[in-house]
Amino acid sequence: MDKDRKEGIRGMANPGRYGIERVAYWLMRITGLGLLFYFIGHIYETSSLLDGKAAWNSMLELTQTTEGHIFLTLVIGMCVFHTGNGIRLMIAQSGFGLGKPRRPDYPYTPSSLNMKNKLCIYVTIGLAALAMMYGLGVMYDV
Amino acid sequence: MTKGGLLPKGFERPTVLASPSDSGVQEKYEEVKSSSKTIVLRISKFNPEKDQRTTFLEFTVPYQRWTTVLDAILEVKNNYDHSIGVRYSCRQATCGSCGMIINGKPKLACFTKISELDSDVVTVEPMNNFPVIRDLAVGFERMISTHKRIKPYIIREDSEISSGTKEFLQTPEDVEKYIQFASCIKCGLCNSACPTMATDSTFIGPQGLAQAYRYIADNRDQGKDERLKIIDERHGIWGCHFAGSCSQVCPKGVDPAMGIQMLRGYLLGYRK
Ligand code: HEM
Ligand code: SF4
Ligand code: FES
Repeated sequence: MDKDRKEGIRGMANPGRYGIERVAYWLMRITGLGLLFYFIGHIYETSSLLDGKAAWNSMLELTQTTEGHIFLTLVIGMCVFHTGNGIRLMIAQSGFGLGKPRRPDYPYTPSSLNMKNKLCIYVTIGLAALAMMYGLGVMYDV
Repeated sequence: MTKGGLLPKGFERPTVLASPSDSGVQEKYEEVKSSSKTIVLRISKFNPEKDQRTTFLEFTVPYQRWTTVLDAILEVKNNYDHSIGVRYSCRQATCGSCGMIINGKPKLACFTKISELDSDVVTVEPMNNFPVIRDLAVGFERMISTHKRIKPYIIREDSEISSGTKEFLQTPEDVEKYIQFASCIKCGLCNSACPTMATDSTFIGPQGLAQAYRYIADNRDQGKDERLKIIDERHGIWGCHFAGSCSQVCPKGVDPAMGIQMLRGYLLGYRK
């Protein structure tokens, strides 16, 4: 362990050191996994339809609790961030919006970590927060 | 810095810099010397042949505005503990040997001033994702062998050194396309910061991938298909998630993350 100095999952769970792009990377993983769990749960939930109306309604009631509301709010946030950042990544990972290679000059600001990408990340986080607030508003009838 | 601390034997600076008649210079020297502040330097100690766990040694080291982390480590090595294992050579961000984790982030020790760290405690550890040789020195075998794997040289049938041929001409625009990637000094800081490298020990890594782009983008080179074939695998180009940390820490402005996404452009068919 000490010999190989492999950072392992610890490196992933510590996103604050390398700027907003690393935070976005971390959020993308967390939200991807979160959505995967939600997706599996969602299939289980909707499959209760096969057991008739009463089973379906009792399942729906689970989401009408405070915990249920918090959970759904998180799902909304995860959906919006994962989709928004996913679109940014698909564009950037195809080689677009990264700036052009040029002769490096001190202090060497990397052009792939440009304002366009940073703004996209901030806006996506902002949109996720707005969507969560809107969802809370609907669920709590304000 | 304390007297003679950083200079080899025989090269010590005289304590009195100027003749008594030049009192202005003498005063300035005394002023600089007495105004020198100190930090606590914490140095990671670990010898894989003997130790089970890493321990930290602490030293109080004086520093000036221009003192680098490497200067401070060598001050300790020269005056307090000769056993500290550290690798360095050029002291000017050119050889790529002094990469280490400084206060949690991968940096070149010779290119990082104590004053810019803004901290009373400076902790130095060996780079992550590299095997430790001893203390601050890590092994580069794997990085160098992946670097070689991507064929880091111009590939083409003819040659500019065989008789009757001329050198291959390039316009400034042609050079601009790859010169940034050619600045790589193989310091390994990017591999140390990379989150994929942290969990996948067979990943080619930002250093090697950026070099694949360096040669592919060079219009004298004809090895594009060969290299793309080598990197087109799960532990190659597809291991990158564009977390950008490689570019964040690169001390030479290589921007490996850009090179890697450009390479994907080729593989996805968006670039020719
Ligand atoms: C329109 C909707 C979506 C878009 C645009 C999208 C896009 C992406 C992209 C581009 C990645 C790769 C990220 C990277 O390179 O690191 C990714 C990863 C992932 N996505 Fe999605 N995704 C969407 C919806 C979903 C849904 C509904 C689920 C769950 C069922 C999901 C689960 C995951 C998981 C588990 C990962 C792997 C996480 C990682 O490697 O960081 N995604 N997604
Ligand atoms: S790309 Fe930059 S950080 Fe990586 S090895 Fe080369 S010079 Fe060092
Ligand atoms: S000593 Fe050469 S890069 Fe620092």
